[in-house]
Amino acid sequence: MSSTQMNSLDLTHPPKASEFSDEIVARFAREVAKYPNDQKQSAVMACLSIVQQVNGFVSPGDELFLAAYLEMPPMAVHEVSTFYNMYNLAPVGKFKINVCTNLPCQLRDGQTALDYLSKKLGVGVGGTTKDGLFTLQPGECMGACADAPVMLVNDRTMCSFMSTEKMDQMIETLSALKDDGVQS
Amino acid sequence: MSLDLNSVLSGFRASGDQTCFHGRHIKPQILDGLNGINWSLKDYESRGGYQALRKILGKDGGEGLTQDQVIATVKESGLRGRGGAGFPTGLKWSFMPRQFPGQKYLVCNSDEGEPGTCKDRDIMQFNPHAVIEGMAIAAFAMGISVGYNYIHGEIFQTYERFEEALEQARAAGYLGNAILGSSFNFQLHAAHGFGAYICGEETALLESLEGKKGQPRFKPPFPASYGLYGKPTTINNTETFAAVPWIIRNGGQAYLECGKPNNGGTKIFSVSGDVERPGNYEVPMGTPFPVLLELAGGVKGGRALKAVIPGGSSAPVLPASMMQDITMDYDSIAKAGSMLGSGAVIVLDETRCMVKSLLRLSYFYMHESCGQCTPCREGTGWLWRVVDRIEKGEGRESDLALLDNVAENIMGRTICALGDAAAMPVRGMIKHFRHEFEHHITHKTCMVHAAV
Repeated sequence: MSSTQMNSLDLTHPPKASEFSDEIVARFAREVAKYPNDQKQSAVMACLSIVQQVNGFVSPGDELFLAAYLEMPPMAVHEVSTFYNMYNLAPVGKFKINVCTNLPCQLRDGQTALDYLSKKLGVGVGGTTKDGLFTLQPGECMGACADAPVMLVNDRTMCSFMSTEKMDQMIETLSALKDDGVQS
Repeated sequence: MSLDLNSVLSGFRASGDQTCFHGRHIKPQILDGLNGINWSLKDYESRGGYQALRKILGKDGGEGLTQDQVIATVKESGLRGRGGAGFPTGLKWSFMPRQFPGQKYLVCNSDEGEPGTCKDRDIMQFNPHAVIEGMAIAAFAMGISVGYNYIHGEIFQTYERFEEALEQARAAGYLGNAILGSSFNFQLHAAHGFGAYICGEETALLESLEGKKGQPRFKPPFPASYGLYGKPTTINNTETFAAVPWIIRNGGQAYLECGKPNNGGTKIFSVSGDVERPGNYEVPMGTPFPVLLELAGGVKGGRALKAVIPGGSSAPVLPASMMQDITMDYDSIAKAGSMLGSGAVIVLDETRCMVKSLLRLSYFYMHESCGQCTPCREGTGWLWRVVDRIEKGEGRESDLALLDNVAENIMGRTICALGDAAAMPVRGMIKHFRHEFEHHITHKTCMVHAAV
């Protein structure tokens, strides 16, 4: 799940740290509490994924907030967000779909499923539909090889045994939600 | 208004019926009696769960076990690491400096991303308390008070299931301070990755757990002396921990007798690819491959078996002729020139082009190389590009020698095993299916389509 787009620091207009609601900060705090007091940085993976769940992607301002909150250098947060494939460093469609195309899945139509969705949605692999609803990406092994074809929607929801009919149903279901807020 | 995608898309969620509750295991221990609904603590207890922890703490009338007795039992069982390396678990536990006065850590490696492997997901989804109990026993044996289970980021629903199970175990007094009224304390937490195969490598996993990019560390020092936050740390795979309660309840000898000498117990094999019933199959170590294939419904569509990658994508491929005589255990597969690895059995039928198959794997290793070591960072790109041009009919006569040379220059020259894992499939494919690669180079086309 490589992300070719990256957020970049505009040095002439340095970003301001984002703000988060008490509810979200409580979720950050719950992650921090898992680790020793002097190791808050350990929570950065989970906090970044919470940010992405809430905002759809991770912005430089979000990274600045987490750097201060977790008492680590902003660059150390950026090192993490750029290393792991699932963090979105730029806005994506309302629904990001990652289709596993690794060999075990490829043997069971994983690549065919990706091609089908690409054609159905009229969007190239890695692209976002014009209405901003769907982003389509290939994925590496999701550890669900026996469920192939398998895909992830917005990082947290796995869909298994995705035949053509089920992909049609899934797209129909998600398309109907275009005006709803999303919490994956 | 917010909506919950897990509910909206619940109709597409895997039930486990196909992969786990098919009733096609042989003498199962970890996956025995599961149905998808009975994952919670009460159900686990009714299957005999947490009896092993009670036994070692002397809470069921017995005297309890000492740390040495627990480790001796695990050594006797012949349990070997289920994550891929197959290192004897009891021996690993004995490396932990138990008398170290500072904090020590226990880590479960659930970063299951080796292509073909999908067993730890089913274990944590459908029997999470087996992992929790196994970790608590391990923590007791090594005098550890804090543990983490690092779970693959792609299986977020399973991560949430595991967190729910942790809450149940804490509420029941199986985790936390003064467990079951004893002097044993153990805090266990769940953490998650977010899309990096390399974090399945244990020291990369530790870096990730520390909130850093997952680049492996030099070894030595090994985690047993310098692990999480620089403290002594023991890391085992999910399935390894899940095997422990059975061993404590039934004894090391009984576990060993389930399998073969030096290859104790059962193993969960994830069978994927060209079979009728892809899924997880828990069978005794040493089960003949044809039996496993039969459990998985045989080759899809009744076609002929061409090859098997027996232990996850990093394991060298073996041709069908060799697989017929193999038993599924560490020693037998190693003798055939491959490895049992994580127990991921990728089946390829007669219609599969080996060049194309290798191409996808080579892309994967290039994509997932962490970039730290030049031979791997550059070499995996070379492997992919050369296989790619062979597949496209642009291969050169010298390319097979080139692939071998690049593979040789990666192997043994990197900090971690990802370099070797990228090189071994290339060498295995060329060793056993050289004629297919040569045909691609000479005729600019695939020989499989012509033959089938």
